[in-house]
Amino acid sequence: MHLPFDEWERGARLTAIMSNPMFREPLSIAGAHREIEFRDAVREAMSEEMRRDKRVYLLGEEVAQYDGAYKVSKGMLAEFGAARVIDTPISESGFAGMAIGSAMLGLRPIVEFMSWSFSLVAADPILNNAPKMLYMSGGQFGCPIVFRGNDGAGGQLASTHSWSVEGLFSNVPGVKIVIPSTPADAKGLLKTAIRDDDPVFFLESERLLSMKGHVPEGEYLIPFGHAAIRRVGKDCTLCSWGRPVHFCMEAAEILAKEGIDCEVIDLRTIRPLDLPTVVASVRKTNVAVVVDQSWSFASPGSELAAQIHKHCFDELDNFVHRVHSDDVPTPYAAGLEQEYLPNVRKICEAVRSATYRA
Amino acid sequence: MPITTVFTAEIKKISILDEHANFDEKLGDGLIPNEDLLKLYEAMVACRHLDEVAFRLQRSGRMGTYPQNMGQEATSLGAAYVLRKDDWMVTCYRENCGLFWRGVPMEAILLHWMGDERGNAMPKPHWVTPIYVPLGTQMLHAAGLTLAAKYRGIDRIACTFFGDGAASEGDFHEACNFASNLEIPVVFVCQNNFWAISTPSKINSAAPTFAQRGISYGMPCVQVDGNDIFATVYAMKQAMEYTRKHGKPYFIEMVTYRLADHTTADDAKRYREDAEVESWRRKDPIIRLNAHLKNLRIWDDDKEVALKEKVALDIAAAVARAENITPPERTDAFDNMYAETPADLALQRDTRHTHSLGQDPSQLPIEAQERAAQMDAAAFAAHAAH
Ligand SMILES: Cc1ncc(C[n+]2csc(CCOP(=O)(O)OP(=O)(O)O)c2C)c(N)n1
Ligand SMILES: [Mg+2]
Repeated sequence: MHLPFDEWERGARLTAIMSNPMFREPLSIAGAHREIEFRDAVREAMSEEMRRDKRVYLLGEEVAQYDGAYKVSKGMLAEFGAARVIDTPISESGFAGMAIGSAMLGLRPIVEFMSWSFSLVAADPILNNAPKMLYMSGGQFGCPIVFRGNDGAGGQLASTHSWSVEGLFSNVPGVKIVIPSTPADAKGLLKTAIRDDDPVFFLESERLLSMKGHVPEGEYLIPFGHAAIRRVGKDCTLCSWGRPVHFCMEAAEILAKEGIDCEVIDLRTIRPLDLPTVVASVRKTNVAVVVDQSWSFASPGSELAAQIHKHCFDELDNFVHRVHSDDVPTPYAAGLEQEYLPNVRKICEAVRSATYRA
Repeated sequence: MPITTVFTAEIKKISILDEHANFDEKLGDGLIPNEDLLKLYEAMVACRHLDEVAFRLQRSGRMGTYPQNMGQEATSLGAAYVLRKDDWMVTCYRENCGLFWRGVPMEAILLHWMGDERGNAMPKPHWVTPIYVPLGTQMLHAAGLTLAAKYRGIDRIACTFFGDGAASEGDFHEACNFASNLEIPVVFVCQNNFWAISTPSKINSAAPTFAQRGISYGMPCVQVDGNDIFATVYAMKQAMEYTRKHGKPYFIEMVTYRLADHTTADDAKRYREDAEVESWRRKDPIIRLNAHLKNLRIWDDDKEVALKEKVALDIAAAVARAENITPPERTDAFDNMYAETPADLALQRDTRHTHSLGQDPSQLPIEAQERAAQMDAAAFAAHAAH
């Protein structure tokens, strides 16, 4: 396992990947149809990357013996051994900080938080160290780390366990934030994240882990900052990421019956943010609704809305409408949690209002 | 069932050259060759002089806040002397003497406290990390650096420094717990200088020693007279031998005292007694080593004068190098944000627009991006029909 030093230190050059035209190919849907769960897609991405790169390892609470709290790392201990799939003490700040140290000596850790809600006790390493290590060390120490785990309301887990951390963390320069909504995206984006030379926050949703979807066999990467248009439409642009993309798709079907034809854009990453795709769409539809499951104040949704206002000032027929979680802690009661989230009802109402069909 | 004793422990304290320059031959003989001893002495004198110069620079507005090392030189120096050149020394902000011993140039430290980012680019071969100010952070990094070395099959340990105050941070516990349970060879050195700014160490620990904290992690632990270069070297040698051999952590409490204010922004007179400070002045690590060198007849006042002259010249040159560096470019703050500067950040840098993301509507590559997204849409539509 002892490689010469520079082989460990050499970063995966993303530019090289990006300049390969294959990289920009849409998912090779042509391949045999294969449905797997979101969690399996995440595991495939990690396992494939660990096979191709010795520097990559996984650590977190219960990731090894117990296969992960959500079975995402099932079987990985058997394949990669205890040196590369590491069960840590129950201490988020501890393993996040230690992962940073190991990245400073050339490793590429994948850190699993059982829930992003628990990353809050690791705020110093993930916000105050990782995103600025390169900067604060005068370019000497990079931080090629993926922090991943469940984000958002998981279904009656109550407020301390249901954070949408993108609302907080997207404010910090130096991080990249990925929020996949489908198994295929989860795999392609996670592989890109692992090869990225900067810290990447990868936000999964407990509610999507069992979702099945087509995931092409074999190697593919999805670049950051490239949105996917999930539904083409001409009346209103619905922009979202992560789990609420599915609410948008549902809302779009309902609205189609009312004669409102929505275009649904899945941003996939919010840092970087694919503005060109959004702007092109809004210039066509003249109406934009942003759907974001974090709280509205100073959120990725407010940032996107501001950007749309700036870039589409002359084309907009209405101000950009935003659908967020309500400004209260995530309620515990099942019915209230649904009401609190940016749900289908709220999205439909926002689109009707934005298109003057209310 | 009878009551049985399941565990007992004791903490040893190591002292070799005491404040009256009494020397314990049994422990100290042959520990440090005389020529090295002279170099160690010179290093402490140089570090002390830099403190004085830095203080004056700060008072005359030529430097930002500066934390003086005065009185604590023998702690980090003892560790640096023992560590292998390629072991990690993962420090806080009061370990200048050890850093200089490892070859970190004085101007790097000066630049840092003068507020120049370039002072953080500590040359890599010295195996040191940037100066950390959030207390505790560095202990976890030390554990991670050593984990990576172990992972890669490199024989390299880490020695991390933190204060009596930082020992109350959660990171201290987490790092010790990790290093013990995952068997990572880190030497934890707690510099107990009795104060965390104005917080006395008794508020940070009600126990008789900080050393005993290591016990609960199953680490060997020891307390040393941190103002005694022989004792710090002795303890560090034992710690290094142990960590190398067993691949496990070790805990050293170095008892020392901060003779100066916490930083140039502090006035320690407001919270501690002059008598206390005076008693520690007599325990100064430099004074006792000077006396010892004279006892050994390898030092005299002429040599002292010559050394002080040389040190003053060296430091003046380092200050000049730090002050004469060309000021950073307006756009330098954008460097080193990401491994590769993303297009939006580059635009912000190049246009120096302060508005959000710095994007100018006319500069967005809208068409190419839209085409690609449309391709995705078509692919997904085709797939949905599957
Ligand atoms: C996390 C954190 N909390 C508070 C501070 C402010 N602060 C800076 S130094 C210091 C005292 C530290 O004392 P100690 O660890 O004993 O080190 P010493 O300065 O005595 O060398 C404090 C409270 C900080 N830098 N980081
Ligand atoms: Mg202290």
